[in-house]
Amino acid sequence: MSSASHWSVFVNAALINNFVLAYFLGICPFFGVSAKLETATRMGGAVSFVMLVASVCAYLLNLLLEAIDAPYLRIISYILVISSTVQLVEMLMRKLSPATFRAMGIYLPLITTNCAILGLALFQTNRGYGFTQAVSYALGAGAGFALALVLMAGVREKLDLANVPDLAKGTAAALVVAGILSMSFMGFAGLGR
Amino acid sequence: MLRREVSTTDEFVKGLWRENPVFVQVLGMCPALAVSNTAINALTMGLATTFVLLMSGCSVSLLRNFIPREARIVSFICIIASFVTAVDYLIQAISLELSRSLGAFIALIVVNCLILGRAEAFASKNAPGRAAIDALGMGAGFTAALLTIGMVREILGSGTLFGLAVLPEAFQTWTVMVLPSGGFFAMAMWLLLVNRLKEREAEAEKRPQEAAS
Repeated sequence: MSSASHWSVFVNAALINNFVLAYFLGICPFFGVSAKLETATRMGGAVSFVMLVASVCAYLLNLLLEAIDAPYLRIISYILVISSTVQLVEMLMRKLSPATFRAMGIYLPLITTNCAILGLALFQTNRGYGFTQAVSYALGAGAGFALALVLMAGVREKLDLANVPDLAKGTAAALVVAGILSMSFMGFAGLGR
Repeated sequence: MLRREVSTTDEFVKGLWRENPVFVQVLGMCPALAVSNTAINALTMGLATTFVLLMSGCSVSLLRNFIPREARIVSFICIIASFVTAVDYLIQAISLELSRSLGAFIALIVVNCLILGRAEAFASKNAPGRAAIDALGMGAGFTAALLTIGMVREILGSGTLFGLAVLPEAFQTWTVMVLPSGGFFAMAMWLLLVNRLKEREAEAEKRPQEAAS
């Protein structure tokens, strides 16, 4: 088991090794839904929540897989558990809180194909985090994802008004902005150990 | 695709340029940016993805009449995940060092939207032979894109190519290119170039028509 404290695990996942800007996980939704600040906030919330659930599930599942000595089933079982968790969350939300469900709309099912979720499950297994560490890792990763998404959306709303050459409009301009954001996040490296 | 008969070469070539997965469709960005810090990593990732694309494309195509419509996405994901597990162990067997530098990104091929996208959009509707050619073309396009990004990043960031020094000692390396932000910048530069080339292609097509009229 890794011996890092909960706070350092959290800060590490949220800022120093931000999932989007340092590991490039979840780039598709990062560019896809970061055009508007409001949808970006919602997506960030939904992903953080699924990350937490998936992290707990992955921890328990890994215990089971180790007990029956079948590590080669890890990838396939993780992805199945994640997609069924997303379905379950979707159904629960529709039953318990229809208003939130409607607000989330299409973004809930889209989370299944977000590589940040599977990445989180695999990273926490590879690093041998304990249960509470895994939870703080998931919270940190979710917070980091939401932060990156909201920052990006803020910049892109301003970018719409700027005078960008036709050739660079769209993805190319968004990539350059992401690169600059990523560079500024490098400054957080000093926070770790 | 109005013509029924699309030649096999066309099927292959479209993945390389016209429908290039990374530069035109902007699919599979996560691995394209994450493991392209050196050319060798990029090449390994490209080949691994091509293999998974090919195998899952063939399997999906063979099983397309047996998989019920409602359960197709889950079945596709299961097929893809099995091949990814195989590739993961294969790379570990070939080179432990390479496997360590790619880390969890090999396992993350499962959620590469390019593979599920091709399975859903092409392999589930076409015969195995055709699906295989499409998968090879897309895989080649993906590998080429990864390699071009990887080469730029390695040459500028560490002055080497495939681990061999290509630039003189006096060259001040751009450390930023090896870091995550370099991935975004290199990709943006290539996108600009591809956009410019596409624009010129469109202009060239327009000109003879104007001359004729």
